[in-house]
Formats: sequence, structure tokens, C-alpha cells
Amino acid sequence: MTAESITQLATVEKSRGYWRSVGARFLRDKVAVCAGLVAAGLILMAIFAPWIAPADPLDGSMIKRLSPIGTEGYPLGADELGRDMLSRLIYGARLSLFMGVVPVLIAFAIGGAIGVAAGYLGGWVNTITMRVLDVLYAFPSVLLAIAISGALGAGILNGLLSLTVVFIPPIARVAESVTTSVRKLEYIEAAQASGASSLRIVRDHVLGNVLGPIFVYATSLISVSMILAAGLSFLGLGVSPPNAEWGLMLNTLRNAIYVQPWLAALPGVMIFLTSISFNMLSDGLRSAMDVKQ
Amino acid sequence: MTPQPCPSETPLVKVRDLCVRFSGTPPVHAVNSVSFDLAAGEVLGILGESGSGKSVTLKTLLRLLPERKTTISGTVEVEGRDILSLQGRALADHRGGVASMIFQDPALALDPVYTIGQQIAETVIRHEGVTRRDAMARALEMLELVRIPSAKRRLDNYPHEMSGGMRQRAMIALALACRPKLLLADEPTTALDATVQIQILLLLRELQQEMGMGVIFVTHDIGVAVEVSDRLAVMYAGSFVETGSVADIIRDARHPYSKGLLAANLVGAVPGTRLDAVPGAPPPLNALPEGCSFAPRCAHAEPACGLSPLPVWTGGGGRWARCVQASRAEALADSGARA
Repeated sequence: MTAESITQLATVEKSRGYWRSVGARFLRDKVAVCAGLVAAGLILMAIFAPWIAPADPLDGSMIKRLSPIGTEGYPLGADELGRDMLSRLIYGARLSLFMGVVPVLIAFAIGGAIGVAAGYLGGWVNTITMRVLDVLYAFPSVLLAIAISGALGAGILNGLLSLTVVFIPPIARVAESVTTSVRKLEYIEAAQASGASSLRIVRDHVLGNVLGPIFVYATSLISVSMILAAGLSFLGLGVSPPNAEWGLMLNTLRNAIYVQPWLAALPGVMIFLTSISFNMLSDGLRSAMDVKQ
Repeated sequence: MTPQPCPSETPLVKVRDLCVRFSGTPPVHAVNSVSFDLAAGEVLGILGESGSGKSVTLKTLLRLLPERKTTISGTVEVEGRDILSLQGRALADHRGGVASMIFQDPALALDPVYTIGQQIAETVIRHEGVTRRDAMARALEMLELVRIPSAKRRLDNYPHEMSGGMRQRAMIALALACRPKLLLADEPTTALDATVQIQILLLLRELQQEMGMGVIFVTHDIGVAVEVSDRLAVMYAGSFVETGSVADIIRDARHPYSKGLLAANLVGAVPGTRLDAVPGAPPPLNALPEGCSFAPRCAHAEPACGLSPLPVWTGGGGRWARCVQASRAEALADSGARA
């Protein structure tokens, strides 16, 4: 009984619940918190663009073309058509973030479902599904995105579609490998031994353990998606002028790189800032969600 | 061919000529012609080394083996119901309701993303169709039953927030939550340290008597097997080689393998000398030798050991051993007594 009384004396830490302990661990990670704040700031900027932006992003002034940073009334200068750079960068966050987040979310749902199903069913279903996805995965992602967008033509919707197709295979691969490893674990067998049905096992025990890692991986793809979307716009696919989008702005300002290099680099800085903050955020999430540490 | 163990009126578990084969190249004969009965409220210890087919035998009772890769023949009945033909709902009702299982490593057998309370409640809801509130009340009751201190707070703990012994208690609570008639314990103390081990064994023994369950306890540790069992079955290379009451086997093991296992302990060992061990390794299960599969490692092997079927020695109280030597010794003793 001594061991019993010792355990009795030991303070029983009140369980805080999974998400609260994840939150606590996340808050301890300074880098991740900073990244989270920057990402949140960018999102807020995109949502409240009309209230924040000092000028109309589409309203140009010929005499103000390529004004340098710090010009009166144009805090970040003006672009090649004399539009306020600051306003265009703020409005650009809307489309850029949209093109970064939405394809990944759709691919997360579709690719995740395919991967979990393939991983749980195993056998020939797994082999066929995963080999088909491997064919898509074998293309370099930039090439695949360009090929699909090019075939479908320019436009936001087509860009969205092509990026979604690009992200389904990698997400499905991660989902499949995590599911395969979880499926072999003893608690799945234990759930079977306690009479749980297959559906319940997939829904509660497989999904519960698998969604976290897949989600974290998907967040790391947001920055890739943004860069690819910017690349598509840069090539004239995806978003078309005069819409403000960072990739497109980078494209249209590239002729000004010798005249106003700092100005031309600004959209690139925004893309860099956004993608790095989303990457760090997903890194922080990954370590915060790791239960078994 | 296998002798029938003690015939009770209505055995809780009745296994006859169970053979389990895993397909593959080459196919593996994991369990070969195993037969036994288990009465309600009885504890059977299955003793054997790694890979002898103990766990496979146990999993067959819940049909947990991968269907596509396994061929099972023979009869397996629990409460007179044929387990091998159960399908769908009936099978799910059997699992966890009539028979449930405690796994070797509770750190692996509990789902890390749900609290202990949720996991117990899930099983209770599944089998008894009660509300979540009632199921949680049952979970609390179970944690108190397995003597987890501050049970109410432990209900909200995740498995990783508990110690190894505590987790195994929780696992036992989970297995017993629906008051099963049959408890299958697959080396439940192997992953625990020695002091916790004995607590868990005593707890299991106590709960077994309180609830009147039949228990099949699989272990490779003869000390553990003796502690909890009424009857022992020694398993080697997929077959039972000897069964009998714990006292009989400890006092007077007949099969050379059982004798070897009993000799291979640390009690009375002299420091600096080699420990008594059974020499060699078990035969691969895909190429079992003809006749006695222990013969290649047996000090008393003789040509007759390579012939099947092997003679079986039977003693009183359901004792038997499948060994040439044991049966001949008996015959000699008999003729000696007659002379």
C-alpha cells in the first residue's frame, strides 16, 4: 500500500484539456507567437483594406509614376501607372492570401480524405490510389500549376483550381503515411477489441490522431501556394491586371527595377514576410501539438 | 488426438483443435491443434516464450487477427456461441461486451487524444446504449474499482499524463467497464516495473474473484503465471505441451520443456556460474519438425520423438503432457506397480 499512498500524496495535475495545453505550449514559443502575430496582422490588413488604405488602389496619376518611397502623399511611392503603392500592397493582401489559403484548404479536405481512406483500407486500394497520385506528384509543382492554368486560361478561378490539383498529392501522401502508421498501433486494435465499429474507429481513433499532423503540414503549404500563385500571376496566368496582387505587381514593376529598385522589391518583401510567418507558425503548431514529448 | 481437459458441465470457453495459419511465403503455422476449456470464474495461465503462439491464441478469441491473411480452423466457443462464425454487429457485441482484453503496453493501447474517461465512456455507450452522463458515471465507478487515487480528476487525464501503473489500471477499468464474462490478459504486467507488477496482479486476482470472470492470462514469466492462475498451460511452438493445475506443474512437471522453464530462474543461482537455461531456440513456425517440436532442444530426445502422433501422458485432474518420455515413465511405473 505504500506505493498507493505515495501516488495519493503526489499532486494530481488537473488536466487542462488538449487544446488548452497546446495553447500553453504554443505561447511559450516566442518565434511562433511573433509569426502568429504577423500572420494575424496580415489577415486583418486584408479584411479591413478599404478602411486602412489611404488611397484607391486603382486610381493612378500619370505625373506621379514611379515616385520613390517617401514622396508626399505616397508613403511607399507610386507604381508604373502612378497608383499608390501602400494601398496596392494592402489591397494585394486580399487576393494573395486568398490564393494562398483557399487552394490549400480545398486540397486539405480532398487530399486528406483520399489519403486517410487509402491508408486505412490498405492493400490494393492503397497501391492504386497512391500510384495514381504519384504520377501527379512526379511533376514539379510549378510546372504542373503552369500547365493546368495555361490549359484552362488566365483567371482567379482557374488559378485556384490548378493550385488545388497541385496540392492534393502531397497532402494525400502525408495523410496516407500517418494513417498507415496509426492503423498499426495497438490502440486501434484495442478499440476493435472493445467492440467499436470500423466507422467509429476511423472517425474517432484514426481521424483524431491523424488530423493534427496533416493540418500542420497543410499550413506549411500556404506559403508555397502563395508563391506559386504569385508566380502564376507573374506569368500572366492566374490574377489579371488591374487587380492588385503581389505576384502580379512584382511582374508589372520588373521593368522599373533599374529606376526604382526599392519600389520594385516591395511586393516581394510582402510575399517573403507572409510566407515566412506562415511557415514559422506551422512549425510552432507542429511542436505545440506533439502530445508525446 | 488431443486429450480433453477436465470436462465441466458448461465451460465458458471451449476451444477444440484450433489451428491458425498466416498466409505468406512460406505460410506460418502459428497455432497447431490447441484445445482447452475454461470454466466460469477460472484463471488459465498460458505460459510460453516469445513467438510460441500465446497472443495469437488469445486474439483468436476476439477474432482480432487480420482476416485476409489468416486461416483459422477448429472450434472456438464462448458461452456456447461459435466465435469463428460471428459477423458484423454480433462480433462487435462479443468484443468488449462478453469478452474483453487487456494489452501488454497501456501506453500504446490507449488512444493519446482522448481522456481516460472518454475512452471508457465510449465503450460503455457502445455496449449498453446509455447516455454520456451515465457512461461517465460508470467510468468514474470503474476508476474507483481499480483503485486509482483521485479518480474524479483522473477521469479528465490523457494517457500521457499518467504513470505506467496508473495507465494499466485505467486499461483494466476500460476492459472491465461492461462487466465481461471473459477477460483476456496479454502479458499485462510485462511493461511495468516489479513493484507495480505485483500490485496489478493482486488487483486483477481480486477483481476476478469479485466479478467471477473467467480469465486467460498469457505470460512468459513463470512467477507471474503462478501468482494469478488456477491452471497452467505450457505452450511451445504453437501447441500446448503440458497442462495441469499450478500446484501439479510446479511440483511435478512432466514435459522436459516445462521442467526447463521451471529450472530457468534466478532463485538459488550461484553468482559467477552460468544460469540454467533451455539450450537452443524454438524452431521456425514455418518449418516445424515432425513429431515433437521440442525434440531438437531436448536433452532426452530419442528416435521415437520424431514420430507423430506423439503419445500423451494423462494424469488426474485434467493433467496431461505430450511427451514420449513422460508417457513411458508412467507405463513403467504402472507395470512396476502391477508386478
